[in-house]
Amino acid sequence: MFKRIFPHPLLSLLLVIVWTMLVNKFTVGNLVLGVIIGFALPIMTAAYWPGRPEIKRPIKIVGYILIVLWDIVVANVQVALIILLKRHKNIHSHWIVVPLELTSPEAITVLAGTITMTPGTVTALLSADAGSLLVHCLHTDDPESVIEEIKSRYESRLKEIFA
Amino acid sequence: MIAYAVTFAMACFGIGLVFSLWRLLRGPTRADRILSLDTMVINFIAILVLYGVANGTKVYFEASMLIAMVGFVSTVAFCRFLLRGDIIE
Amino acid sequence: MIQDIIISVFIVLGGVFGLVGSFGLVKLQDAMQRLHAPTKATTLGLGGVLIGSMIYFALVDGHFSFHELLITLFLFITAPITAHFMAQTYLRMHRDEADLPPSGRPVGWSIYQDPPDFSADD
Repeated sequence: MFKRIFPHPLLSLLLVIVWTMLVNKFTVGNLVLGVIIGFALPIMTAAYWPGRPEIKRPIKIVGYILIVLWDIVVANVQVALIILLKRHKNIHSHWIVVPLELTSPEAITVLAGTITMTPGTVTALLSADAGSLLVHCLHTDDPESVIEEIKSRYESRLKEIFA
Repeated sequence: MIAYAVTFAMACFGIGLVFSLWRLLRGPTRADRILSLDTMVINFIAILVLYGVANGTKVYFEASMLIAMVGFVSTVAFCRFLLRGDIIE
Repeated sequence: MIQDIIISVFIVLGGVFGLVGSFGLVKLQDAMQRLHAPTKATTLGLGGVLIGSMIYFALVDGHFSFHELLITLFLFITAPITAHFMAQTYLRMHRDEADLPPSGRPVGWSIYQDPPDFSADD
């Protein structure tokens, strides 16, 4: 019964919170309107996402977000220094291929987004069977260590979060 | 002091707009032009937010939020059009 | 006074990062390299400005506003998606699959090949 009324409880909660933040004023009326939106939208859109990501350890998400936020700041300082200080011929760009152990589409999406936001790497392509990622590296002298860092720092943590 | 900081940052983002305009005109690939349009949107949102801080009003935040959403959707639509020759399949 | 300094530091840092990101768009020579500058530096620049303005309205004006937080979150979620789309567009239009390293899988990269048939799994 609960599952039929709220097919996606986390999405409903998120919609209520975002609605209250959008209105920017906490009143009972706004909260009721937010609850109505959080109730109606998941039912209306449930047909477009039949699968639900299974999250094994929700508590680890907080640690992951903190690590990624810290890495974003470090990444930006590194990229800014490369842009400002290095001459064109000294920037060694590489294509690297990251083989994936993750299988769920949500986990791969999060990993690809994380790679784009963190030090000097942009996710360019996914292989047709979703088995590996093509990543462009702005400046590195050792492509192997970049692959190793992505796998140990992000992928292993995501493997613990997603079932 | 805040007024000086806001003026400095507005100048930075203004120069950034000129840089991305240069890349927009120069190209050479179409992906570069989309990229510079996306950068211009981000720079413009920053200028709008700073203008709101300078005037001490929050009216501009709703506008900048809408511009952020429209900018994202238009970038994706541009890319999708070039990739597939169609936006909604 | 201290709050003024904190707000100014955030806003100035944001401006510097935004300028560096746009400068990278002009300076870098290769289209894939150019993709790095705006997706990272400019997003953080705008993030700095938004955090500065959030502190400004919370401390100086006395009214906390959630809109900046929403804009920041929205931009940090959408930046990788736009970057991925632009990389796809560039590779599809200007590079061949032969220019890229092999995927290490039985099939190639997704924009050049259709995905294998998954209907057997369902």
